[in-house]
Amino acid sequence: MTAPLARIDHLRITATGEDGCEIVIVPDATLSVAPGEVLALIGESGSGKTTIALSLLGYARPGCQIAGGTIEVAGQRLDTASAEELRSIRGRTVAYVAQSAAAAFNPSLTIMAQVIEPALIHGTLDRAAAETKAKDLFRRLALPDPEGVGDRYPHQVSGGQLQRLMAAMALITDPKLVIFDEPTTALDVTTQIEVLKAFKDAVRDLGTTAVYVTHDLSVVAQIADRIAVLKGGEVQELGTTEQILFAPTHDYSRALVAAAAPRTPAVAPAVEEKPLLDLWGVVAGYGGTNHDGSPRVKILDGIDVSIRRGQVLGVIGESGCGKSTLARVVAGLHAPTAGRILLDGTPLPPVVRRRSRDELRRVQMVFQSADTALNPAVSVGAAIARPLAFYHGMDRASARAEVARLLDLVRLPAALADRLPGELSGGQKQRVNLARALAARPDLLLCDEVTSALDPVVAEAVLDLLIELRRELGLAYMFITHDLEIVRAISDDVLVLYAGRVAERVTRDGLRHGAHHPYTRLLTASVPELRPGWLEETPARDAAAAGGARMRDMGCSFLPRCPKAVDACAAEMPPMLIEDDRRIFCHRSVDTLAGR
Amino acid sequence: MTLSPLVSLIGRRVGASLVTLLFVSLAVFGIAQLMEGDVAEAILGQSATPEALAGLRAAMHLDQPAWERYLEWATGVLTGDPGRSLITGLPVWEMIAARLGNSLTLAGLTALVSVPLALLLGIVAAVKRGTAFDRTISIATIGIVSVPEFLIATLAVMLFAVTLRWLPALSSTRDVHSTWDLVRVFAMPVFSLACFVMAQMVRMTRAAVIDALDTSYAEAARLKGCSPARVVLRHALPNAIGPIANAIALSLSTLLGGVIVVEIIFNYPGVARLMVDAVATRDLPLVQTVAVIFCIAYLLLVTTADVVAILANPRLRHR
Repeated sequence: MTAPLARIDHLRITATGEDGCEIVIVPDATLSVAPGEVLALIGESGSGKTTIALSLLGYARPGCQIAGGTIEVAGQRLDTASAEELRSIRGRTVAYVAQSAAAAFNPSLTIMAQVIEPALIHGTLDRAAAETKAKDLFRRLALPDPEGVGDRYPHQVSGGQLQRLMAAMALITDPKLVIFDEPTTALDVTTQIEVLKAFKDAVRDLGTTAVYVTHDLSVVAQIADRIAVLKGGEVQELGTTEQILFAPTHDYSRALVAAAAPRTPAVAPAVEEKPLLDLWGVVAGYGGTNHDGSPRVKILDGIDVSIRRGQVLGVIGESGCGKSTLARVVAGLHAPTAGRILLDGTPLPPVVRRRSRDELRRVQMVFQSADTALNPAVSVGAAIARPLAFYHGMDRASARAEVARLLDLVRLPAALADRLPGELSGGQKQRVNLARALAARPDLLLCDEVTSALDPVVAEAVLDLLIELRRELGLAYMFITHDLEIVRAISDDVLVLYAGRVAERVTRDGLRHGAHHPYTRLLTASVPELRPGWLEETPARDAAAAGGARMRDMGCSFLPRCPKAVDACAAEMPPMLIEDDRRIFCHRSVDTLAGR
Repeated sequence: MTLSPLVSLIGRRVGASLVTLLFVSLAVFGIAQLMEGDVAEAILGQSATPEALAGLRAAMHLDQPAWERYLEWATGVLTGDPGRSLITGLPVWEMIAARLGNSLTLAGLTALVSVPLALLLGIVAAVKRGTAFDRTISIATIGIVSVPEFLIATLAVMLFAVTLRWLPALSSTRDVHSTWDLVRVFAMPVFSLACFVMAQMVRMTRAAVIDALDTSYAEAARLKGCSPARVVLRHALPNAIGPIANAIALSLSTLLGGVIVVEIIFNYPGVARLMVDAVATRDLPLVQTVAVIFCIAYLLLVTTADVVAILANPRLRHR
């Protein structure tokens, strides 16, 4: 066995709490990375995975300190190194790719200036050589316009491209070790696959040793040689990728793998035929209106949707496709410029302040970020009691009993009513959010990415709760998400949005087979599967580059990325193809789309 | 073209400034109308009989409707002739020109001393956040903010002029014959004003730099191996320029108000003293013109800060 390139031995990292006492973040971690291998650190938030990865740069976030143990990279001790020595190691021996490249690029410097900065600081290359090398890396990372992209500023480049540019910045000094810190977590699946592919090719071609931090097992399966499963700052299990994925021995690894496996869909209860919510030709946007009353910047165009009582409609699409705007339109937070919204067959006023109290009660929204949706100064009980008083005129005593019942409904102890949101975990806060929406006794719940900020195991539990509530209360959901797995698990029908228009509407079971819009196919093929080798096989690998999905005034918006485009796609709006359980907006025939 | 949206953005800011100027001149004129008594009463004093007052008012066109007098004065200002003082009969412009240089020298010297010093202290405090140095700076700036500038000025006079007798108590530019004289004459007024304007600038600079140092890109720069100085100067500071420029502009504009008090305490012959005297004698053309000059200076500062902030931000520079 060759000597490890990097080694962490009995690492202990502590933080100083507000009251001055010591909080242990990493009690005792030991692991090593062999030259040329990719080691994944996997765990939930709070598992210490980023903290451990950053220690390989001799760095602890402000407020934390490396309190014990040894860290060694390429024969150099980092835990005892001086500030001067650490500076010469960072960016040279060990390089870092941050979670959000959009935040990690300095907004006031050009991309090229930042990408070549490590080479200039460490004196490995002169400016001209560094720029040549940077362009070479841009090409290797499959970035569009490798010659010109360096002259731009970060805000002029998409998130997926920034993530790859950040990798170029890390690789410019040929470091011995690269730390990837959740580099694809903030990206859409279709973008994630491009970035993953670029990373994997670059790491393989350059023989880079890497530590890859993530919470997503399917991503890890594509890129890692070995996996370290972390919990509470300790390594629970360390093994090869195959062993962890297919034969995990530790209980916690088993739970993680189980949470990542595809869920068995919930059994759908009988659904009434009568539509509860109907949207007809809804158009919405920003920036004022033109002479003809259409918005200057259209976000949604010609949306027809209906949800029956007790039905779950999953709305899916990339960020910027208008799915959140759709929920805001239904909730009355964003007035459409055209189209009608019907609730139980009666028109709903477009803005929230024109709606009657009963109309407001029947449509409730659960927001994406439970942290910001709850007032930090109002106790859980008071937050839930507010809609009880507003909609049902309950007095204090009966509201108190009802709050306890609602907390029980979302599987939280009644004692939580006196707590403030700051004292709750992320999953608990989202349950409180849900209880607050349920307090109104709505008919329709608009759920906007309600699980995306949660860890997989916690998200799983919230999803289960939503499925149960639907069965118990006969609620209808509009469930907005970018995660196809969730849609498969919870919805009866799926609405696929692309650049503000409906691409396809299909039943959950129909999603698995038959004819589909090419964009639906790209989406399904982009969701990483929990097995090594998937990245090399998936048809989405060769799909046209994402980025800049724009609504076109004429023709199909998906045209620039479509593998099946014909001449008509550019000139005319796609017609609706109808087959038993699906509606597809496409110029090609059902047979072509089915691949028959 | 990356230039044209930028030019239109700056054009809009300048246009907004001109509209503000119009409103300010109207407001000053309106407030002046509300003041008790007029210039005729001020001139005649004890010997004011109703007949004499009426005669003098007619001679000074004070019997014309207010809007006519405003229009006359406004067109005068636009054509470069704001009229004559009602008291001395000298052209307003001549009276101001004699003093404006003095006031600008005082304000300019204060800015020259306070801005670089404030930036330096603010940045060092931000970098050394939480240390004894940072806490000293914080306490000192809060202390100075809460003390009015006339108190600082008066204390300075008592200490340096009365007790120690190092500096002259009154600052007259006529006594300046050498550089050393210049330092002696301006030391106390500049010191008093600088204390007053610096505190706010130091605090804002510190806050803006701390914000920039707490970002992911500053962390990314540290993890690239940048030295602390490079992280501050190349990565944090360019992103803090916008807020810092605004803080400087606002602080320097309060300088104008501070100048009034300090000029009076040190008996310094500047525009601000002229304005105070003019208010006392109800010399409206002079009051209005000085007010407009102060307003222009203020708008100039704020607009410059806006333009600097736009130029420093690539998101606004390259759309």
